[in-house]
Amino acid sequence: MILVNTETVPGYTIREVKGLVQGNTIRAKHVGRDIAAGFKNLVGGELKGYTELLTEARRQAIERMMAQAQELGANAIVNVRFTTSAVTQGAAELYAYGTAVIVVPGVS
Amino acid sequence: MEALWLQVLPVLGLLVLGYGVGRWVEHRHLLSLEARELGHRGFVVTNLRMVPSPETVRESYLVLGEAVIATDYFKSFAARLRSLVGGEIRAYNTLMTRARREALLRMLDQARQAGSREVYNVRYETSNIRSANPRNPGVSVEVFAFGTAVVRQPAAGPS
Repeated sequence: MILVNTETVPGYTIREVKGLVQGNTIRAKHVGRDIAAGFKNLVGGELKGYTELLTEARRQAIERMMAQAQELGANAIVNVRFTTSAVTQGAAELYAYGTAVIVVPGVS
Repeated sequence: MEALWLQVLPVLGLLVLGYGVGRWVEHRHLLSLEARELGHRGFVVTNLRMVPSPETVRESYLVLGEAVIATDYFKSFAARLRSLVGGEIRAYNTLMTRARREALLRMLDQARQAGSREVYNVRYETSNIRSANPRNPGVSVEVFAFGTAVVRQPAAGPS
């Protein structure tokens, strides 16, 4: 499966548009990480725990989006976008969406 | 009088700790950013949506990079003071810049791993992360950078 955030896959031609596909996940932080973050807020610096959490969560949203595209019989997702929103304090929704398409090699 | 000191002292201590350690952490991060950015010299990084000469592209990948950076106590304190009178919060400028540069670097690392030296349609997304603990007034920002990395066919560079 080819994923790009451009409108076409470079070097390929879109033969069929299958439609919008999406994937989301809502994640809460756990207490241990929050305590570590409290300490980091005193001295500054990267919150590695949060970075990992978000990376992993975004990957899951992407995987769910890819699963939808596979069901539609697509071989690529173009124009992939992401949004992040805070659902409550301490929880965030990560959402990925894009257009599932069938592409063939060659530039028309 | 003594009770007042007991209230002021911990805050002063945290301010000194935040200022001292915070500056050191920031300085080290900036040095590390500069060193790693040198490693990506010559990369094409752009927010253009069109990929030039698409016929020479062999593979395209979505590449991502994330970074969550926290402020120190001194900066949060300075920012809260600033918000009383309004105006630019300079203390947070470096925070945002550091998060953005770090996220971009991680995205470029992914591109390099895929064998690419060109990333198109680069986008940034920023969100702030607040603690679930209401007693923690600290601010953290997350910057997420993403784009499309392309690998060209051999002997057909971008120029």
